[in-house]
Amino acid sequence: MSSDLDVFVGNTTLIDEEVYRLWLDGHSVAEAVARRLRGGVLEREGTSVAVLQSDTRDHYRTFQMLERLLHAPPRLLQQLLFQIPPERQALLVQRYYAFDEALARELLGKKLSKGTKKELDEVSARTGVGIRSCRRQFDNFKRVFKAVEELRGPLAENIQQLFLLPPALARDYAAIVFSGIWGLWERFWGFLGCPDPPFSSRDYAAIVFFANSRFETGKRRLQFLSFGDFAACAQSMMAHWSQGALAPEAADPDGDLPKSFLQDLKELKVLVSDKDLLDQHKSLVCSALRGKISVYNELEANFKALSRALVNVGGKLTHARDVRDFFVDLVEKVIEPCRSDKWSPGDLRLFLTHYTAAPRNLPGFRHQALWERYMAAISACLLRMYHD
Amino acid sequence: MPGKLKVKIVAGRHLPVMDRASDLTDAFVEVKFGNTTFKTDVYPKSLNPQWNSEWFKFEVDDEELQDEPLQITVLDHDTYSANDAIGKVYIDIDPLLYSEAATVISGWFPIYDTIHGIRGEINVVVKVDLFNDLNRFRQSSCGVKFFCTTSIPKCYRAVVIHGFVEELVVNEDPEYQWIDRIRTPRASNEARQRLISLMSGELQRKIGLKVLEMRGNAVVGYLQCFDLEGESGLVVRAIGTACTLDKLSNTSAFLPACNSPSKEMKESPLVHAPSHGCRSTHNSPIHTATGSRLTQNFSVSVPTLIYTGMGSGSAGKEGGPFKTLLRQQTQSALEQREFPFFTLTTFPPGFLLHVGGVVSARSVKLLDRIHNPDEPETRDAWWAEIRQEIKSHAKALGCHAVVGYSESTSICEEVCILSASGTAAVLNPRFLQDGTMEGCLEQRIEEASPPGCGFCHIPYDELNMPFPAHLTYCYNCRKQKVPDVLFTTIDLPVEAIVVGKGCLIQARLCRLKKKAQAEANATSISNLLPFMEYEVHTQLMNKLKLRGMNALFGLRIQITVGENMLMGLASATGVYLAALPTPGGIQIAGKTPNDGTYEQHISHMQKKINDTIAKNKELYEINPPELPEEIIGSPIPEPRQRSRLLRSQSESSDEVTELDLSHGKKDAFVLEIDDTDAMEDVHSLLTDVPPPSGFYSCNTEIMPGINNWTPEIQMFTAVRVSRLSNINPTNQTLNKNFNDLCENLLKSLYFKLRSMVPCCLCHVNFTVALPEDELVQIAVTAVAITYDKNQALQANKAPTEKSQQRASTDNEEQLQFPLELSSDPLSSQPFSPAKEALEGASSHTGIPAAQRATSVDYSSFADRCNSWIELIKLKAQTIRRGSIKTTTSLEKASPLAEGYLRHRSVPSGTNSTVSVVKMTPLSFLPGAKITKYLGIINMFFIRETTSLREEGGVSGFLHAFIAEVFAMVRAHVAALGGNAVVSYIMKQCVFMENPNKNQAQCLINVSGDAVIFVRESELEALPVPAPTAQPAGSAGDVTT
Repeated sequence: MSSDLDVFVGNTTLIDEEVYRLWLDGHSVAEAVARRLRGGVLEREGTSVAVLQSDTRDHYRTFQMLERLLHAPPRLLQQLLFQIPPERQALLVQRYYAFDEALARELLGKKLSKGTKKELDEVSARTGVGIRSCRRQFDNFKRVFKAVEELRGPLAENIQQLFLLPPALARDYAAIVFSGIWGLWERFWGFLGCPDPPFSSRDYAAIVFFANSRFETGKRRLQFLSFGDFAACAQSMMAHWSQGALAPEAADPDGDLPKSFLQDLKELKVLVSDKDLLDQHKSLVCSALRGKISVYNELEANFKALSRALVNVGGKLTHARDVRDFFVDLVEKVIEPCRSDKWSPGDLRLFLTHYTAAPRNLPGFRHQALWERYMAAISACLLRMYHD
Repeated sequence: MPGKLKVKIVAGRHLPVMDRASDLTDAFVEVKFGNTTFKTDVYPKSLNPQWNSEWFKFEVDDEELQDEPLQITVLDHDTYSANDAIGKVYIDIDPLLYSEAATVISGWFPIYDTIHGIRGEINVVVKVDLFNDLNRFRQSSCGVKFFCTTSIPKCYRAVVIHGFVEELVVNEDPEYQWIDRIRTPRASNEARQRLISLMSGELQRKIGLKVLEMRGNAVVGYLQCFDLEGESGLVVRAIGTACTLDKLSNTSAFLPACNSPSKEMKESPLVHAPSHGCRSTHNSPIHTATGSRLTQNFSVSVPTLIYTGMGSGSAGKEGGPFKTLLRQQTQSALEQREFPFFTLTTFPPGFLLHVGGVVSARSVKLLDRIHNPDEPETRDAWWAEIRQEIKSHAKALGCHAVVGYSESTSICEEVCILSASGTAAVLNPRFLQDGTMEGCLEQRIEEASPPGCGFCHIPYDELNMPFPAHLTYCYNCRKQKVPDVLFTTIDLPVEAIVVGKGCLIQARLCRLKKKAQAEANATSISNLLPFMEYEVHTQLMNKLKLRGMNALFGLRIQITVGENMLMGLASATGVYLAALPTPGGIQIAGKTPNDGTYEQHISHMQKKINDTIAKNKELYEINPPELPEEIIGSPIPEPRQRSRLLRSQSESSDEVTELDLSHGKKDAFVLEIDDTDAMEDVHSLLTDVPPPSGFYSCNTEIMPGINNWTPEIQMFTAVRVSRLSNINPTNQTLNKNFNDLCENLLKSLYFKLRSMVPCCLCHVNFTVALPEDELVQIAVTAVAITYDKNQALQANKAPTEKSQQRASTDNEEQLQFPLELSSDPLSSQPFSPAKEALEGASSHTGIPAAQRATSVDYSSFADRCNSWIELIKLKAQTIRRGSIKTTTSLEKASPLAEGYLRHRSVPSGTNSTVSVVKMTPLSFLPGAKITKYLGIINMFFIRETTSLREEGGVSGFLHAFIAEVFAMVRAHVAALGGNAVVSYIMKQCVFMENPNKNQAQCLINVSGDAVIFVRESELEALPVPAPTAQPAGSAGDVTT
């Protein structure tokens, strides 16, 4: 006697967290049942496999019906079809948008395009995340990106509002989307009617994450960085640099436009191109650090190279080609030399503090505010990235 | 022009994309009532249109107001082709026609399409202004309140319970009209939905007229059903109990402030209605022309079994002249009524005097086309015939009334089984007439039947019993006779003394039948019916004994007819009534006693059965105290009654009396195993698995023995369709399949709800249908309610104490019910005899002081409430401002009202969240108090698909549909301002599929009462006198 039709509908929609997880992980009903069996439900509840199957199918159906609503979480709140207590709704959304860091790390620097989606098979094999789950997470990234790309205002807050995510998760998404921020800037320039945008707006959609091929080649070098590192870096860049870029209406009074910010970064070059300034800068930093830092000699020897690297990274940000080298440059020209000289993280911190502060006392340097704003993010990134 | 209906279309949201090119929709709305249609402007290119229309006004008769639904159609404007319909909303405006109920319907409604399901939502506001209409022959019955609840609704008081009202209307089913061949499925479904909506409106109006004629003002226990007779038509019929209800004055203080002027206006039609000439087209409940019927129709009346205890016994003490007196009194009250039936299942204390047993009648009919829908004589006559039979059965049991009465049908092709059942009872005439009976009689009644056991005492004459029964003296009062087993269709009376807990008991049965046509078919069905009834009864009896219990409540036997089989499913809640004797065990007797191994097998089985009984007694905490023999007045030698489980062609003929000394217990039940079939039956008895620990289940409103409910509830509907795959099915294999199907379904429910443990499944309602050959469909609706286990343990320590204190412990247990379960203790207050009853009871031996204290509390409680209200009124007068009427200011003055508003404004204030609407098949919400009934919800939906696979197959399709039905019910309740549906019932779920064509269709009919409830925890903060012993003067703190 087989059951053709078997449904259970509660006035309050039942959500089984375990089954939800299995569904999110992309297991089929049969796999989910097998896993639940291994979990020992039968022994605990004294029930039968048939019951478990029917229960799993019910939940899967519910989740499939809910998925459409989960794509636009505010609709989940307004819809009348499922009566779900608010805390359960929140749980549904959070779990749905939670992602595997390993996967996010893999996707960093790739286009959120159909091509990438096709490559998810390999990604799935490498990360051990189920292919269906990979696709769902990929679609989530893409959906969030599309939803906020044209919005103004703080990125993380926008994501929080549109997708009802808890602040921490929203910040992570913001970091991922921020990778496409160069794209946002580009659009912003277009919006301002800039005659010569730094890169083509047609390519814009393709520039997502810390996109592109160079990144691929530098991959080995960047392998030691986790998704968390990138997310943290992106967050500090957003925090320090993008206030004007992402909330222009708030930034307008200051006249602190992103265009000018990036353009202005070029002005900082004076720190390394002007021999006098460079020497003065060096002596200021060295005198401040003498005796306080274990790698003083190495610092003295490498100061000019380090300073040149730190300043030039900023100067290159206006060019799409160079944007992609941002992390590679930092690793290659700052982190690796320091590491080979056995700087401790404390040394680096101390150095960066004084390095950032010193130009205040440089006669003839007028970009103090810009410099500190720029270095705040760079310092935070470096400190985050400075590990094995 | 007695009424003005006003409708405003505010906005829409989440509309579907109708224009693929732009991914947008140009939506507008048509508002139709009767033959008048209004349209809004087109709101171009938006999925969230803001129409903000003017008020569309319909000036209509109140008759039309009652019959017609308001139809709202959302369309997509198309310049070049016909406008596409997005979906519809039907709004029943009946709740706006009572006084006291809702004054406005306002909220988001799902836009429903019969092909696509819910497609977005629309925000609508509906109001009705009613005008006084005094000097007219009324065809309308505006103002009569309808309740699905089968008890006197909380916050009302029954002044008079008038009795049975019924009506039916018939029409052609649009699905079977010739036009259906050329119109779209959508058009056909919509025609059907509209027609049924119209017919229910008409039916309700007609019933209302009858109620007015009886000088009542409400219908309680209103049950409306559809018979889809296919070719021969569509029947909508309803039964109910007419009452005169009084709103408990104090609860009016609890109402939220709704000072709409229309409310004042609406009071009047109701008030005037009974005194003016109500001309009804149908004066008598049935039509008279019955003569020609039998010639046209094939009709078989099935002999009816009377379900009470079986057994034989001897007569005892005098029934008393009192009983005869009482009977005469009641008779006079009931005589005027053609059918002294009551659809109620729970009664005010003191209403139910004695219960005779279950009476039921079935009749097999052949359907033919209803030629003249305006004169539905045949259908009326069929039912009249069955009711007559029920009435005579009740008479045979010495009863004048039938309570817990219900009617049902099962249709397969052209054969229809009509069934009616109820519980024969003797009622207290006091409630049946306007207070004339109160007086000297009252005192005697209370004396004669102590609470807790009075209803068990036999109403019939011991010397002239209608059937062989086994009588003993009541184990509670030891004055009157009681049967050994009691079956009823009602809920357990609150005053009943119960030992341990109750449990759901089901009897399941399949019988094969040859495929046949017309009369041959009907004959073979009617030949099978008595055997099915008998077997169902035997199964129930065996299972009851297996659980060590002695009474069944809420018994519902459903016989379903299919093409090639009949299915019987009986559900009831078993309990151990302290007043009835301890049930005997079950003994197995073999037919071939010489065979050694066989003997061994038998004894093995016997042991298993005994073990099961012992285990069940432990599980359900049935440990009745042993009574010293001498307490029982005159020991009656107990003859053992023997009945065979199966294979008995004439059920009562081979009863043999013999003394069984080997088995110490009285009247052990003997199962005789004479062949393998019987063996299987015994096995199947033992296969019923008890629910997992932490779960209890029952099909009544309340679970006997559990009294500390916590507020968490989960109402659900589960549907299963299974294919009986046997190539050569036999009765046995079918029985087993059916049994497994039910057991598995229960098991999966327990598993699903495991997170709620400890909890109880209440009002478990199974419905069986046989949609096709080999297909069985079972639908279950129930509610899971959590309870506090720790408290339960405490409460249950009591029965384990001392045997001598049996009465006291029992009373203590049941005492909780009036306090906690009838969450409104005031409902019992108006029946002043409650006081006498309890005081009378307390004069009996062994009633503890605790109970006496409560009885005192009850009586003083009323005074206290009244004085409290007076104080509030005084206060209200002083703060009254401007033109606000006293009532509204009273409401405003009530701190509760404010608290309530605050409560409600939370969800409505933040626009994005949807307010929660609870649904329950019970008439109450645990831990909450119902403050207002907003009207009846009665909805009918059709859903059809031509892309079954794409919608997730049959399960996906039905899952979505049931969820949609729930959503639409909730939306309507929320729009009425309510936050719960009580007495919710899914009356019909007809599912048809055609997988080859990738099609499926489903019809669902649901009903319930929309209410506003307030959590008791929220009430506590307010100075409402709690129902605990408190000096009456405590009301003084209200003034501060």
